[in-house]
Amino acid sequence: MTADLPEMRGRPGRVALTGSLRRNLVLQFLALAAVVAVALFFAVRVTADRAAEAAQDAVLGAATAALSEGLRAEDDGLDLDLPPTIFSMLSAMGEDRVFYRVDIGSRTVTGYDDLPLPTAPPQGALPVYYDGRYLDTPIRLAAVTRGMLVDGRQAQALFVLGQTRFGQRAIADSIARRAALLGIGFFLLAVPLSLLAARAILGPVGRVTEAVARRGPLDLRPVNQSVPRELGPLIGALNGFILRLRGAHARTETFITEAAHHIRTPLSTVRTEAEIALRQSQEEPTRARLRNVIRSVEESSRSAGQLLEHALVLYRTDRVERSSMDLAAVVAGLVESFRPTADLREIALRLGPDLPAAPVVGDRLMIETALRNILDNAIKYSAADGTVEIALTLCDGRAVVAVCDRGRGLGGAKLADLATRFRRGGNVTDVVGSGLGLTIVTEVAEASGGAFTLTPREGGGTCAVFSLPLR
Amino acid sequence: MRYLLVEDTADLARSVQDLLRLNGHGVDWAASLGEARDCLGAASYDLILLDISLPDGDGRRFLADLRRQGNATPVIMMTARSAVADRVDALDGGADDYLTKPFELAELEARARAVLRRRGGAAQTVRRYGDLIFDPLTATVTILGEARELRNRELRLFEILLEAPDRIFSKDQLCDRLFSFAESVTDNAIEVYVGRLRRKLDGSTARIETVRGLGYRLTGA
Amino acid sequence: MRRLFPALALSLGLTLALAAGPAGALEVEDQIRIGPDTPQATLHILSTTDIAAARPMLDGWLARNPDLAVDYVVASANEIHQAITAERLPFDLVISSAMDLQLKLANDGHALPQDVDEAAGALPHWARWRDLVFGFALEPVVIVASASAFDAENLPRTRRDLITALRDDPDRFRGRIGTYDPAQSGAGYLFATQDASFGNTFWRLAEVMGRLDARLYCCSGDMIDDLASDRLLVAYNVVGSYAQVSTQAGSGLIIIAPEDFTLLLIRTALVPTTAERPDLGAAFLGYLLSPAGQAAMETTPGMAPVLGAAQGLPSSARAIRLDPGLLANLDRVRKSAFLGEWTAAMTQP
Repeated sequence: MTADLPEMRGRPGRVALTGSLRRNLVLQFLALAAVVAVALFFAVRVTADRAAEAAQDAVLGAATAALSEGLRAEDDGLDLDLPPTIFSMLSAMGEDRVFYRVDIGSRTVTGYDDLPLPTAPPQGALPVYYDGRYLDTPIRLAAVTRGMLVDGRQAQALFVLGQTRFGQRAIADSIARRAALLGIGFFLLAVPLSLLAARAILGPVGRVTEAVARRGPLDLRPVNQSVPRELGPLIGALNGFILRLRGAHARTETFITEAAHHIRTPLSTVRTEAEIALRQSQEEPTRARLRNVIRSVEESSRSAGQLLEHALVLYRTDRVERSSMDLAAVVAGLVESFRPTADLREIALRLGPDLPAAPVVGDRLMIETALRNILDNAIKYSAADGTVEIALTLCDGRAVVAVCDRGRGLGGAKLADLATRFRRGGNVTDVVGSGLGLTIVTEVAEASGGAFTLTPREGGGTCAVFSLPLR
Repeated sequence: MRYLLVEDTADLARSVQDLLRLNGHGVDWAASLGEARDCLGAASYDLILLDISLPDGDGRRFLADLRRQGNATPVIMMTARSAVADRVDALDGGADDYLTKPFELAELEARARAVLRRRGGAAQTVRRYGDLIFDPLTATVTILGEARELRNRELRLFEILLEAPDRIFSKDQLCDRLFSFAESVTDNAIEVYVGRLRRKLDGSTARIETVRGLGYRLTGA
Repeated sequence: MRRLFPALALSLGLTLALAAGPAGALEVEDQIRIGPDTPQATLHILSTTDIAAARPMLDGWLARNPDLAVDYVVASANEIHQAITAERLPFDLVISSAMDLQLKLANDGHALPQDVDEAAGALPHWARWRDLVFGFALEPVVIVASASAFDAENLPRTRRDLITALRDDPDRFRGRIGTYDPAQSGAGYLFATQDASFGNTFWRLAEVMGRLDARLYCCSGDMIDDLASDRLLVAYNVVGSYAQVSTQAGSGLIIIAPEDFTLLLIRTALVPTTAERPDLGAAFLGYLLSPAGQAAMETTPGMAPVLGAAQGLPSSARAIRLDPGLLANLDRVRKSAFLGEWTAAMTQP
């Protein structure tokens, strides 16, 4: 039991943390936002490009139609009414280079005679649009045909108008910039939103964590926080675990008490029987044996008691159940309960004249266990007719209980050694003891934020000083 | 004194009963709370020795019921479990004192005396021997109207001798009952206490005789 | 003073001569070389502006770049177009008042884009085309008349006034009216087409001038000369800079800016793709558009700086827009039709 307990103590084991839900959520939101932003950018861009091209094509087509309408066959040749506005309007942004060509039959009558022609000749006045390269520049062209009478013969006139697309590119670039800004803006907006969303989603986890972390050490109620459906299984598992822990907890306490009961009850019988036998026996050898039996029973029961006390202290150290108490009342009560025991050996217990009120916070069971062991030690090692002095003082924000005896002292040993489990002073082999008493006191002092010292007393004997912080 | 022992472990109960009887006490034994209630209905006791865990319930609950019903009989609880936890519970629940098993008969008697002393005592404890009056509760002997207080061991020594006046008690017998088995005592320790008690009995017809080679006895009734 | 360019080129330097090629036929009207004898580099400018009008800006630039020299060649607008497109002569900057030809050079890919936004940013949009052609000076196109031609109080203020005056006194003006020959002069053709685009007044004026046996000229300078020597009474559509130079010192010539509309010609510059030192051409262009360069324009008679041109111009001023609309001018079908019409108007019985 005691061997296992230290394994159960201490901080919860280090948890391997792999990644962060919050970070993953935020990253996924952001990745999604980035995808949407990029898609938004391309969607806007493509749509805008198409719209700009369609608009520019419409202008180009209208200009080509206007061009075709300006050509007339006159008696003395051809007349091309070419209003400058045709070119001016193509160059609406003032940016584009303009090329044109008018063919009649296979002869170029005016314009740029090497301007690319459409692969299939357009049918009628409906413009055909196509892309081409001219003078090392990509251009967009429109072509229409018109039948006309030239020199008395029907001929097909082909009108081609081409323009660079700097203006359209400029519009597209400007839209692309806006689309990029839109995408970036969307993404930037998504950053705080992702953080907020991640926080909102993980909020219930935090609340459950807080609720569980805020609990007292012995608070083993199931968690009844309302949580989103997805957290249900986790809370269910946690509550299952709490239930099992509660069971284990209860079993541990029961085990310790039951162990005490099962060890001490038969010992009691043995002791009482031995005492009776001692009374009735007249033979000295038998009586000596019986005395040995009683001594051994005494020793066993004391050891068992301290082992179990020690186990209980270790066990409770992890889940200190704090309550407020007046240390003065505790000390006074304990001294009273020890008085008959001391009286039996005519040892006087002298409790300091005035006990100041000493409010402290701690585990009452543990503190009483510690003080009992101190008093028990002092009485045990005091000579008959001796006096044990108990004092309670307040000093530097601490309540200090000093128990001083005129016993045989420490024999030069140090508290650090005596407080080691099962280690006893070198000068006490004739007194029943397990060597656990001081260990228990030291451990309680540590767990309660207090201190314990054992010092030789001037003029012989020992002073045990146990202190706790005042509330 | 008349004790009611409420204890479910039969072996233990029987031996405690025997031991108490050896010391001249009257003891009734109840193995359950139900039996205890029957005993309390039929007789009155100076003291109840009450175990905490009993087959038909918790001794502390029983005590609380008892107190609620107005029964003020002093109660010493016995526990074989965690000394501290049960002490707190027991005292809070209205017990007068508690004992951790296994216990020494001397300690039980001492605690019982202390409890009765606090409660104002039982009437029939005072005994007369020769011309002295002995009240174990107040630990006094009154000789010719003069009250003399006995210290603890003097008191117990006197009680032992008074159990069987004129009977010779060996030094060993006296030592065994006067000192704890955990203590180491020398043979002449008993002579010290006999000496002290003799001085307390000065002027009385009662006196302690030394029977050379055998021990001591009380005479002079 | 006309010489053949190749002969000159041989004397100037190997580079120019080689680039000119054997078939080089640039007809040089005038030429000057300014700068130190052993310059770090020489900027070659091909221009329609005569040396006198160009001198202030050339001197202004050389003052800032004392290590450099300028080789300034004057030629007609059509010659310049040929020199760049067909002969691909290595000039670093082309300056011309023939806006349509300049625009066509740029449209057909013979101009290098320039990063002169700092200075050109302030240009009105009608005075530049893309980053290729930049206007740097405005010149009104005016009527110049001899002081003796009209009574002081009857000075024609519009084209309609001029037509009336010519009709009222045909004998007085017969043979003594001059204007550009649009068939021969690029500038003349530009002015005529622009005039025509503003309404029918131009054609009536043409008919009147045709009936009065108007004389046709290649250049503004010749018209001014004949005005000064009293052979002409009225010259229609004269470039402002020439008119202003010659009317300065009480020459008895009057400049009339027609109040119905006065055309504003934009002198433009571009860096041709044939340039050997396009950086020098660009530097000179930057200078022209800089405050210092524009100040030089201000001191040149008849020229107005193009920056800040919007204010200070009469409301009748109509700047010829520098945009692809000018290309329509150069369409050969349209041109021949226009010239046919013009000839018909001028040769009326």
